[in-house]
Amino acid sequence: MQEALRILGSDAQLVELPEIVEQARHVRRSEENRSRSLPLTIRGLRKSFGDNEVLRGIDLHIPAGQFVAIVGKSGCGKSTLLRLIAGLETATSGTISFDEELDPADIRVMFQEPRLLPWARVLSNVEVGLGQERNSPDAQARAVHALEEVGLSEKRGEWPAVLSGGQKQRVALARALVSNPKVLAFDEPLGALDALTRIFMQQLLERVWRDQGFTAILVTHDVAEAVALADRVLVIEDGQIAQDVSVDIPRPRRRGSADLAALEGSILRQLLKSTDDPSNP
Amino acid sequence: MSVIETLPRARKALRLPRPDGLIPWIVPLAIIAIWQLACVTGFVSARVLPAPSDVVLAGWKLVLSGELARNIWVSFWRASVGFLIGGGIGFAFGLANGLSQLSSKLTDTTLQMVRNIPHLALIPLVILWFGIDETAKLFLVALGVFFPIYLNTLHGIRTVDPQLIEMGRVYGMTDGELFRRVIFPGALPSIFVGLRFALGIMWLTLIVAETIAASSGLGYMAMQAREFMLIDVVVLSILIYALLGKLADSASRALERLTLSWHPAFQKH
Repeated sequence: MQEALRILGSDAQLVELPEIVEQARHVRRSEENRSRSLPLTIRGLRKSFGDNEVLRGIDLHIPAGQFVAIVGKSGCGKSTLLRLIAGLETATSGTISFDEELDPADIRVMFQEPRLLPWARVLSNVEVGLGQERNSPDAQARAVHALEEVGLSEKRGEWPAVLSGGQKQRVALARALVSNPKVLAFDEPLGALDALTRIFMQQLLERVWRDQGFTAILVTHDVAEAVALADRVLVIEDGQIAQDVSVDIPRPRRRGSADLAALEGSILRQLLKSTDDPSNP
Repeated sequence: MSVIETLPRARKALRLPRPDGLIPWIVPLAIIAIWQLACVTGFVSARVLPAPSDVVLAGWKLVLSGELARNIWVSFWRASVGFLIGGGIGFAFGLANGLSQLSSKLTDTTLQMVRNIPHLALIPLVILWFGIDETAKLFLVALGVFFPIYLNTLHGIRTVDPQLIEMGRVYGMTDGELFRRVIFPGALPSIFVGLRFALGIMWLTLIVAETIAASSGLGYMAMQAREFMLIDVVVLSILIYALLGKLADSASRALERLTLSWHPAFQKH
């Protein structure tokens, strides 16, 4: 180990090399994983609750394996869009289609709250994510593997009540991952966490997305989080897609880099401009 | 600091009983000691209250004659059978009305109306219907325990976290699995509250029913003793009721601790 460090030396090469390796790995993985994710096409999607029209015609195509972040002010309809994609609500009109017939276990949701069963041990909570395959002989092994993925395998026998907020959310992530979903919908899963845990969880999300290659749809109110994680940021305003920004910054992205900050700034400016507009109270 | 650290170790080494376990018994034991003292010194007349030693003696005589065991058994049988019938029906209605809108609309209003009748008010009617045999007592006990079990089961099921139910559905649970893995465990703490209420009502109802109309059982034994001015037997019956009540409560607590070990309130740290 020390030998290797000496060979690499301490010049600029050392900084750049792991990044190149990471990128190469990322490309290779996305090649491998293309079959494990699904594209998603939305046409003319509308949703009303009574007289209140929350979504006013969304047209959107998400290629397989893309990481899409949906941002917007609260009440703009971003969570409703996610719940429609996840099948938690039914659309008033319009269609959401995946490339193939969708098995329920192919699309998973991670909620803002962990929503763990308090009366089930951590491992059983993860097994819930297997859906109908829960009774298969390798169920437990798969659940343990998913827990290892989020770094919590030593907590498998604990009750959820003894875990911290971040740990609970990691168990919820393991539960979402255990069925190897092709689409994963995140409904502000990091909203309730403290700043440091949040950054750790963002890195974890990015890592599992790269490892598993699912199509990721992340709803967040945090623009910095959106540009740090996503390939593409959708800004929703008044029930419509106001901006569709692709984030071409190579991964791994360095938190607080100038590129990310510039992109974050431009998206935020757009969001704030619409708030200041006097015709739009 | 060092005292706190060394104390548990010393306790383990000496194998002393945990003092925490003894604390609840200090007050009852003190009361008995004072009571005995007051009787022996003649401060309280034996006609008003017999000394604890006399009560124990009366109990021993009844144990030897087999009368005590027989009466306790009869009362215990009535209590448990009545409890199982009434509790079972209450639980079934609680489940049905908690899970099904139709069932709830159909029966809840009726049950709420019946609930407001004190079940002991039915004693004259029950005696007219069933006489003073077992059916009367079982009916009253069953009616008494029905409502706390029904209400708390219903409440427990209705207040299960809807977010967990949504999660269960999204993760592909069938209705049966959803009930077994989410709804029932979620309702369990509330069901236990109902169970403990019901156990209290069970003993209360039985005492009243046996005192008024019975030819066996603890309540009957107490009433017989009153006829013959056997005040020590009367006090003995009351104490046995207290012990049985405590026993039922301990049993339900043990069950609670066993099934609710996930609950933060039952976790030992």
